[in-house]
Amino acid sequence: MAAAAPEVPPGRPAPAGAPASAARAGRHPWLSVLWTAARTPRGAAGLAMAVLVVLVALAGPVFAPHSPNALLTLTFAKPSGQFPLGGDELGRDVLSRLLDGGRLLLFMAAVATAIGIVAGAAAGISAAYLRGAPDGIIMRSVDVILSFPQLVFALLLLSLAGPKSWLIVLAVGVSHAPAVARVIRSATLDVAERDYVKVAELQGMRPVKVMAREILPNLISPLMVEAGLRLTYSIVIMAGLAFLGFGQPPPAANWGTMINENRVGLPLNPWAVIAPAVLIALLTIGTNTFTDAVARVAIGVDRRPEEAALVDELGPEQA
Amino acid sequence: MPGHDAPGASAGPAADGLSAGPAADGVRLDVSDLEVRLGRGHRDSRVYRDGADVVGEVSFAVRAGQVLGLVGESGSGKTTVVLALLGHSRRGLRISAGQVKVDGVDLLRLPPAELRAFRGARVAYVPQDPSAALNPALRVGTQLREAMRVHPGVVDDPEGRILEVLREVHLEASPDLLRRYPHQLSGGQQQRVGLAMAFACRPSLIVLDEPTTGLDVSTQRHVLDTIRSLCRAYGVAAVYVSHDLAVVGGLVSEVAVMYSGRIIEIGPTARVFGDPLHPYTRGLLGAVPSPLMAARLTGIDGQPPRPGRRPAGCSFAPRCGFATDECRSDQPAPVHVDSRAVRCLRVTQVRADAGRAPAAVGGLAASGGETPVLSLRGVSAGYGRKAVLSGIDLDVPAESCVAVVGESGSGKTTLARCIVGLHGNWTGDITFEGAPLAAAARDRPRQVLRRVQYVFQNPYTSLNPRKTVGQIVAQPLEQYLRLRYQERSERAARALADVSLGADFLSRYPDQLSGGERQRVAIARALVVQPDLLICDEVTSALDVSVQAVIVELLRALVAERRIAMIFITHNLALMRSIAQSVAVLRDGAVVESGPVEQVLEHPADPYTIRLMEDVPKLAFPGAS
Repeated sequence: MAAAAPEVPPGRPAPAGAPASAARAGRHPWLSVLWTAARTPRGAAGLAMAVLVVLVALAGPVFAPHSPNALLTLTFAKPSGQFPLGGDELGRDVLSRLLDGGRLLLFMAAVATAIGIVAGAAAGISAAYLRGAPDGIIMRSVDVILSFPQLVFALLLLSLAGPKSWLIVLAVGVSHAPAVARVIRSATLDVAERDYVKVAELQGMRPVKVMAREILPNLISPLMVEAGLRLTYSIVIMAGLAFLGFGQPPPAANWGTMINENRVGLPLNPWAVIAPAVLIALLTIGTNTFTDAVARVAIGVDRRPEEAALVDELGPEQA
Repeated sequence: MPGHDAPGASAGPAADGLSAGPAADGVRLDVSDLEVRLGRGHRDSRVYRDGADVVGEVSFAVRAGQVLGLVGESGSGKTTVVLALLGHSRRGLRISAGQVKVDGVDLLRLPPAELRAFRGARVAYVPQDPSAALNPALRVGTQLREAMRVHPGVVDDPEGRILEVLREVHLEASPDLLRRYPHQLSGGQQQRVGLAMAFACRPSLIVLDEPTTGLDVSTQRHVLDTIRSLCRAYGVAAVYVSHDLAVVGGLVSEVAVMYSGRIIEIGPTARVFGDPLHPYTRGLLGAVPSPLMAARLTGIDGQPPRPGRRPAGCSFAPRCGFATDECRSDQPAPVHVDSRAVRCLRVTQVRADAGRAPAAVGGLAASGGETPVLSLRGVSAGYGRKAVLSGIDLDVPAESCVAVVGESGSGKTTLARCIVGLHGNWTGDITFEGAPLAAAARDRPRQVLRRVQYVFQNPYTSLNPRKTVGQIVAQPLEQYLRLRYQERSERAARALADVSLGADFLSRYPDQLSGGERQRVAIARALVVQPDLLICDEVTSALDVSVQAVIVELLRALVAERRIAMIFITHNLALMRSIAQSVAVLRDGAVVESGPVEQVLEHPADPYTIRLMEDVPKLAFPGAS
């Protein structure tokens, strides 16, 4: 009940038992946005697909029937009772490699996304809020990086220093930052003109604090959407890099590497290529669909009818 | 001409709802038992299977050439009703019952194709904001022709009709005007184009949704005159929606007051406004400031219930001084009294209670003599090369309220921003307690910033939506005074209590508050650091008139009690009369007249002030003794 009370922990979603009050769950408006998005058909389908793949990747290694690296069967063996998805180019169990090969990929993609979002948001917010010289310097650098295609940029770094995991993460993360910076800059331009930002300035608040405390919390919605989008891109790029031979060193399983390794055996055991491809497709389509649903809810297209009607009716007389 | 089949027989029964009387000849619009419900059948229907009604039991009739006024606070359902008159409902709503008969044809039963043909040709709509309603990429002529092109055959000679209708709305009927784009017209001209589009096909019914809200008083008066004469000349039925009772009072012959989705009083304007019978109507009228006297405004505290959360009995009972237990349990049916219909169980008691005349505010003598708290000498400012203010001189004496009035574009807000330091690009001298102020806020000492506090116009954007009310009010204490957490919390709670908000508001977020509550929070945030000068920039323009009254009275009390000086910026001459002691009238960035409020308003010397006083809508009906 005290003023400036510590934030209510975000882990408390809208009261699940009473969905009708979810619209009023104003603790963290973006949480209620996620919640509402997950309840639209579009959002539910996307979330289901993404969660399925994430579960496979996280829990997979526990359920893998064999060692992912052991040579157990014939090269490109057809699926059988013992090896449901058959064997790969060296006679390893495809199912076990599939279950084992997602965790690291997802983890690396998540870290790369985080790097891209944090760096991009910092650059975008500073550029839009500080204006003038900082804006020019930041955004022109962004333009320079943007002029390289993302994959080419990553390949350039990797071909110089060799395929190291941390470098892959860093390269993909850095290549995300400029695009994130552009989106966040335009979102910030709008927020920075709001009166509550002026209020903070009149209170003599330092610019860094204004950006962190007044502006950033109001950018959560675009940041969430960007994060979802960038996560899919990260996965696609990393799988692509692995396919091109810039993944982890050979014995390690990776969905992207698997597609590359096994494509010569496509006529013999297509599952060795199709299974990892399907998982990557499901994950990217799923996250994209969910992100799309979040964006639609955030801008009000799929808002709950009661809320939408009341906003129209009760909104400010003159905006 | 109108004489269509008047559904006199069908609209007969007196108990059918609120109709001011039996339908007579010439009824062009006949609405009965209209009801609009929240979105059943939406994707999310699992939650909202039983959609609550947003408006219901709405019945009224409008004759040819007459204008019905529809008034009420925001959220009362005015817009929902008038959109239903066009057979339209917004996303998430649907028209669930009732009839809307225009010249005997029930719009709500028409198949979609016929309804489309009906709209624009027989039923026209004039929206609130002309600058948003006109397509900025199309020329005025194209947009005017469009209305007739989609309804071929309605008008014989479209080109001739365009020139004719332009003359009728008092626009220059020249090819030059038709070639212009909307942004090349003034706000008043844009709204006239909107009116021309609506009248072009000679409709039977025109729906006007607050068409003059964004306009200056003089423009507003001219547009209202045009609307009045056009409705009479064409014999159309018009429905005029507004929250501005003074505007409605001067325009319409009959008025319907809406509250929480119901018409609670309907009848001839002179009767309803002269001797209101519903306590809500009384409250609304008591909240309207008058330019003719410094009235103490009586607002209506609280806020209307939302659809689906209405109390069992009368929706107004929780805010009503006359309410009894019966009011809280029984829905009031319309009672026909004195040529109107009222939904109130206690009409006789309300009537017996002689309406109190608005109390004049006494003792507002300007305390002069001392050195002013703030003084401006030759302040000029601009954006880029465009000059907005030129040579402003202004003194704010200690413990007094100075009003700055002017129309939009006169530079009022720029003046305020120069004083607080948000607009750093000004020249001249601003001295605060004898010491010159730096141009920009970032160059001013923290203590100076603290002593001059600014309340923004729009409480919907001045509170950070991601912070609790407690955090918002405590923030200046941290920034200016570096107080510890405990101390901040205590002071924030006290500041909220001063603006009549309870401690339970501390943990709420702005989106859980009404507009009036938000503005109270903004005022609490300004006053919590004990400033010496408070600058209020149009602080009530985003609020309903009943809430505006409460906020103005609150400000008056707080400022008097704490003996602080205030600059009250407004476009509303009447409102300023109720709070300020002296006034400066601003026009095109220059002060054209200043002095004590009574003198300037009663004996204006400058032609501009004289015109403003003539054009400001006045709500004057005899009878409210």
